[in-house]
Amino acid sequence: MAEANTAPGMMTPLGHGAGTNEHDASRRDFIFIAAGAAGAIGAAAVVWPLIDQMNPAGDARALATIEFDLAKLELGQEVRFTWQGKPVFARRRTPEEITKSEQTALSALKDKLSRNQGLPASADASDANRVPVGPDGKPKPEFIVLVGTCTHLGCVPVFGQGDFGGWFCPCHGSHYDTAGRIRIGPAPANLEVPKLAFVTDSVVRIG
Amino acid sequence: MSGPSNYQPGSAFEKWLDTRLPIIRLGYDSIVDFPTPKNLNYWYTFGGILTFCLAVQIVTGIVLAMHYVASAQPFIEGSNISQAFASVQRIQRDVSYGWLIQSLHTVGASMFFIAVYIHMFRGLYYGSYKAPREILWAIGVVIFLLMMATAFMGYVLPWGQMSFHGAAVITNLIGAFPVVGDALRTWIWGDFAVSNATLNRFFSLHYLMPFVIAAMVGMHIWALHVPGNNNPTGVEVKSKADTVPFHPFYTVKDAFALALFMILFAAFVFFMPDALGHPDNYIPANALSTPTHIVPEWYFLPFYAILRAIPDKLGGVIAMFGSIMVLFALPWLDTSRVKSMRYRPLARQFFLLFVVACLTLGYVGAQPAEGLFLIIAQIATAYYFLFFLAILPILGIVERPGNAPASISEAVLKPGAARPAHAAAE
Amino acid sequence: MKPNIVALGSLFGLLAFGLAPSALASESKAHPKHVGFSFEGPLGTYDRGALQRGFQVYKQVCATCHSLNLLSYRHLGEKGGPFECFPAPQTEGEGEAHGTAHVRPICPATPNDNPIVKAIAAEVSITDRDENGDEIDRPGRPADRFRAPFENEQRARGANGGALPPDLSLIVKARHGGADYIYSLLLGYGENPEGLNVPDGKYYNPWFPGDVASIWSGEKNSVPEGGLIAMAPQLEIASQIVEFGDGTPATPEQIARDVATFLAWASEPKVESRKRTGVVVMIYLILLAGLLFVAYKAVWRNQSH
Repeated sequence: MAEANTAPGMMTPLGHGAGTNEHDASRRDFIFIAAGAAGAIGAAAVVWPLIDQMNPAGDARALATIEFDLAKLELGQEVRFTWQGKPVFARRRTPEEITKSEQTALSALKDKLSRNQGLPASADASDANRVPVGPDGKPKPEFIVLVGTCTHLGCVPVFGQGDFGGWFCPCHGSHYDTAGRIRIGPAPANLEVPKLAFVTDSVVRIG
Repeated sequence: MSGPSNYQPGSAFEKWLDTRLPIIRLGYDSIVDFPTPKNLNYWYTFGGILTFCLAVQIVTGIVLAMHYVASAQPFIEGSNISQAFASVQRIQRDVSYGWLIQSLHTVGASMFFIAVYIHMFRGLYYGSYKAPREILWAIGVVIFLLMMATAFMGYVLPWGQMSFHGAAVITNLIGAFPVVGDALRTWIWGDFAVSNATLNRFFSLHYLMPFVIAAMVGMHIWALHVPGNNNPTGVEVKSKADTVPFHPFYTVKDAFALALFMILFAAFVFFMPDALGHPDNYIPANALSTPTHIVPEWYFLPFYAILRAIPDKLGGVIAMFGSIMVLFALPWLDTSRVKSMRYRPLARQFFLLFVVACLTLGYVGAQPAEGLFLIIAQIATAYYFLFFLAILPILGIVERPGNAPASISEAVLKPGAARPAHAAAE
Repeated sequence: MKPNIVALGSLFGLLAFGLAPSALASESKAHPKHVGFSFEGPLGTYDRGALQRGFQVYKQVCATCHSLNLLSYRHLGEKGGPFECFPAPQTEGEGEAHGTAHVRPICPATPNDNPIVKAIAAEVSITDRDENGDEIDRPGRPADRFRAPFENEQRARGANGGALPPDLSLIVKARHGGADYIYSLLLGYGENPEGLNVPDGKYYNPWFPGDVASIWSGEKNSVPEGGLIAMAPQLEIASQIVEFGDGTPATPEQIARDVATFLAWASEPKVESRKRTGVVVMIYLILLAGLLFVAYKAVWRNQSH
């Protein structure tokens, strides 16, 4: 203990003096590594709350599902509302529109996948795979519910314009048909169909 | 930051960087190789702890600002709860880990002040304000003032009853100044009372101040590294034998002390987050009714007691500001040639009495300003000023200090030998 | 003997602290009855049964006058809430056959999927606007805030003889004594002390903060503690109205205890996470401090200081 004072100018903290042996040194190394590792683990644990706080809070998550009554829609009417802050289009299609959409060949589509959150990712983009499935398990082709965010760069398409009787995105000119499928334009994918579940015969839960 | 450097750039990159921006050299000289007196005790670990506190407040504060809404408007139609109040509650209730982050910030403010008071008393006791460290001390007092301003404005943000009426009381102090008082007060309010405008500017400044504090801390450390640390003997470093390199000797000691401090911190955050606060601040601000018993946060109580001890409004304000301003003059008020009170038997006793006076002021600050409490507050206030303005200047002349050791090494080797007999028990 | 300034100073300090109680006569007040709630202490948790019963009391009694503005129905089903979990519905006969067989509770991932919370919300009619902008009443959803009994402060005062029933979201945190205070206040009504002229529409309660000296006709130095509260005693009536589903007798003491528990939860729904995290953090910090102490000793081993 005392010999340190006989060596003025001694600046190295470790491994000086006659009493130091290899065993001591390795024991000390272990202590330093353990203390350093414990500190690092603590610091890492603190980082998580600081990251997680930026995720949607409880009030935002509570709105993650909403319900909508499709019976309110008149023939040909489109209603817009927000879900998770995103625009949602719900529309009741006319029989002509349904027939036309059902007869569209897959080969005519730019994106051949259904883009339906309620179906496997590999499902094709046939009209039946885009419309909601009723409580009886049968598709309800008169209705279409879409996330109204253009798959190109997130603008909100307008209805009734464009070459396919459906939606048209004014930002960069993407044309969607009445089933929300991309036909012409820069958008890479069909409009997304949210996960839908019927709560009653006509009330559908989104999300 | 000063003196010769022992940094040897190792890799080619370090050599390249060192000739362009010697930042590694700066870090090495300041916190690795920096020669530090080898006799620093645990009272000296609070500088590191305070740096930690500032970092915690800044990090949690930035996070809270992502969720906080600085608005005194009702949060829903017909409610008397403001958006500011509701947003703090939303952080507590709905934001992921918001309860933790908000609690760290609130409790952190108290922890910051516990640490800063210990740090200041330590400086006072060991004479760390004396030449050549007057500037170091003055910067410290500036940091303390900034901390008080920041804490005060932060306490206003939740917009509870104490926030609102506390802000009213403190801003009304400004109205005590002659001639310009009223205009100045209205200017600070941005309205004709504490209002939405006040809340918004306080939020803006509350966000700005910590970065000013951080800059001042940089200056504080700079000013520390020119003369180097004071130490419990108050005897300046004479040779290398008196010092050890900062790392690992003081990094590990500071880290250990910090871990202990964090245990205290965590005990409050997790098990009694409201113990240091006041229930009335969970009542939404109401301009029509003041809480019956209005008190500031505990760390302002001694100054609040000084304010109320003077029966005159302007006099009280002057005394309160004076109690901090006098700290700036301290290096020149203390006339003793001996730094550390270890070797100043009389000064030691007056110092301990000073600590008692400060604690007493803190206690009576929380009590109604009437009767006996008022008298006690007045006596303690008188002693507070006497200590700086009379006792320290006179003691330096009349006191016969004990024998300080010739060097730090001597003090370390022969503890007690160089001290006055009755100080040996310390 | 030297004059010992420190001793003198300490005496002075002690004087200040020692005199506090007597000088504080007007402020001093016995702490409310220490109830011994399950959520007290560093490891305390909420009694789910008490939370559920307390919510029922709030809904059936308190909600007539008191809002709970900072809470939404979804909070009832969130982690740590009264209806976070519920027993799985049993098929007919099974439950009876097994008697008190162990039932694994169901804990839905989000309150939106929690049928109990949805049902509680749906019972309430929420004023909203339809797509035409017309005011409509619709069934509540978990995301809706607790519906306030009055549209605004003026109406609340109008219906309560000028007094404003406080919002209860933070009542336990906003009062000295917390849940103990709520419990004591609710049970604290009784005969008015002889000599106290209580005006109509007000009630004397020894736990309510206030000063009744102005209506006291007795001796000047024996003014009763307490104040005048605008809320009528509730527990007698409540014990008639409330019937607990779990068979707990709805005595005034039980109701006071349960509603105080519920309001404590409403003030700080995250208490359980906070304490649980705290235990882990404390263990970690103590270990870290131990390691650092050993490291400190190792570094300074050969260094005199």
